[in-house]
Amino acid sequence: MIDQENKNQTAQEFLKGLWDENPVFVAVLGMCPALAVTNTAINSLAMGLATTFVLVSSSLIVSSLKSVIPKQVRITTYIIIIATFVTVVDFALAAFTPAIHKELGAFIALIVVNCLILGRQEAFASKNSVGLSVLDALGMSAGFTFAMLCIGIPREVLGSGSLFNIALFGDSFEPWVVMILPPGGFLMLGFLLLGFNWYSKRKKERAVINEMNI
Amino acid sequence: MSQAQQNITLTPTTPQPEPSSFRLVFSLGLAGLLSGIILVGTFMYTNPMIKANREAAIQRAIFKVLPDCASYTTLKLQEEQLLIKTDDDSKEEPVKDELLVYAGYNDQNELIGFAIPGSEPGFQDVISGIMGYDGANKTIIGFEVLESKETPGLGDKIFKDADFQTNFTSLVVDPEIIPVKNGQKQNSNEVEAITGATISSKAVVRLLNKSMDIWQNTIDAYIIENQMNVKKEND
Amino acid sequence: MDNLLWIFISALLINNFTLAYFLGLCPFLGVTGRLDTAFRLGLANIFVMLITAICAYVLNTWVLVYAPYLRLISFIIVIASSVQFVEMAMKKFSPDLFRALGIFLPLITTNCAILGLALFSTNKGYGFVEGLIYALGAGGGVTLALVLLAGIREETRILNIPDVMKGTALHLIIAGILSMAFMGFAGLFSA
Repeated sequence: MIDQENKNQTAQEFLKGLWDENPVFVAVLGMCPALAVTNTAINSLAMGLATTFVLVSSSLIVSSLKSVIPKQVRITTYIIIIATFVTVVDFALAAFTPAIHKELGAFIALIVVNCLILGRQEAFASKNSVGLSVLDALGMSAGFTFAMLCIGIPREVLGSGSLFNIALFGDSFEPWVVMILPPGGFLMLGFLLLGFNWYSKRKKERAVINEMNI
Repeated sequence: MSQAQQNITLTPTTPQPEPSSFRLVFSLGLAGLLSGIILVGTFMYTNPMIKANREAAIQRAIFKVLPDCASYTTLKLQEEQLLIKTDDDSKEEPVKDELLVYAGYNDQNELIGFAIPGSEPGFQDVISGIMGYDGANKTIIGFEVLESKETPGLGDKIFKDADFQTNFTSLVVDPEIIPVKNGQKQNSNEVEAITGATISSKAVVRLLNKSMDIWQNTIDAYIIENQMNVKKEND
Repeated sequence: MDNLLWIFISALLINNFTLAYFLGLCPFLGVTGRLDTAFRLGLANIFVMLITAICAYVLNTWVLVYAPYLRLISFIIVIASSVQFVEMAMKKFSPDLFRALGIFLPLITTNCAILGLALFSTNKGYGFVEGLIYALGAGGGVTLALVLLAGIREETRILNIPDVMKGTALHLIIAGILSMAFMGFAGLFSA
């Protein structure tokens, strides 16, 4: 009995980050990188993975040390931990994938002010076990990466006519250039949020109707 | 006591004692120390790779604008003189406002020319490029855009358009480079602008002229002074 | 280095920090309900950016050239301290302004625009004066974007907006149109 409950809870911790509590679409967190680097699908993926590394590592350390960190200085400590991992990812990218590092530029370092990461430490990792915290981090990062790709893939396909740098259409395709420019980022996310809101609203309405029918 | 009664009994909670200032400072200090260790470790492991990547990128750019280049030396401008740059090992990052050029040699150690980086505001943002300058003939023999944020489909033709590239294979720099409309190039110091991207093209021309203003005299003097073994044009 | 006027106008209009680089979006989308609070937040931003520009220059020139891995942590500490300092100074010298800004001041610490300014300025290799002018332009640009969106939001308050569109979705689309408008500033300086 209890095992089944634990398994469900475990799955739940991971899955909630993907949809119900998706950091970008629901809580509108982590906007800055979400729009700036989604002009190509590869950049979106790279940013998502970098954020995953930082969030998981930070959650791991914070939940391991939660009983040791004094309450008064917890935010400062979290920021030190997050900044350390962001710097690590920055240097790692510069060393191993210089092309991606050049594309993402200063936005890698800006992961440190992504409210998602600090938010998860404060809301979850500081209060839960290491295992659950890591799962939560993985779920949230997966949701974040998913959102980034939802924005990045259409932007690249419409704006450059390619996907992951592979040309999709022939020469006659006239790219919708604004999609890879800043306005495209704002508009893409705006319309995606619109779609997300509409879908959530319909789901809720259906649930209410089902309940009434039963 | 029954189960219910046990659950209802409230145990008085002792208030948590306020941690001392020492404890707070100590915790922060410890966090800082651990962070420092991780950072220094990462840095020591990755910095050689980062430096190598940087060098490789510069070399790629130099070899692109100086044809047949096999090796190069870095020179820096100090008090109006060109000196060979010595590596300052204490500085881990390149100093941004150092003015550097690169003298390129072919595999017979003859001087091909100088690779000169430069930048200039374009249509959207700063365009950064590198040019190859042949001091003996006073011409530009190559040009490569390093960084550009120009409009995709229009301004970005400065590095995507093959016709625009042909402007820079043998461009005379004296008295100065002049942009002209597409199809109207008559003299060898003229650059044909890209239709629909005039502002970006003119920015490239300004970039070239500005770099020549800064470097040309110094480089010419350097060649003569060092009696450099210049590649003969008609060998 | 780049012409000072170009640096200023570029940060203010052509490459606006909010509408072109997506920096400072949390306050942009969250705190633009009223025109006067948006304006005040913008001013606080400018002030903190100026202080940050000075500190970033000092750090870059004398400390970080030897230990670039400390850049991020030192910048964050500087920004957090500047905000604390500005808060204390404001409480003492201008309590009305302090009360008016309320909770916005501490929020500036996690504002990516401030850290973004420090990082961009470092990457471009700006010196002391250039850094200050850049901060002025960037802060001005952020203020401009904040004020514009706040003004538009106040206007839309009386409109009939469908439920699914209300809130952030609408503001993002408005921001997209503003961003397109600002694209018209490109090429402002060319001969």
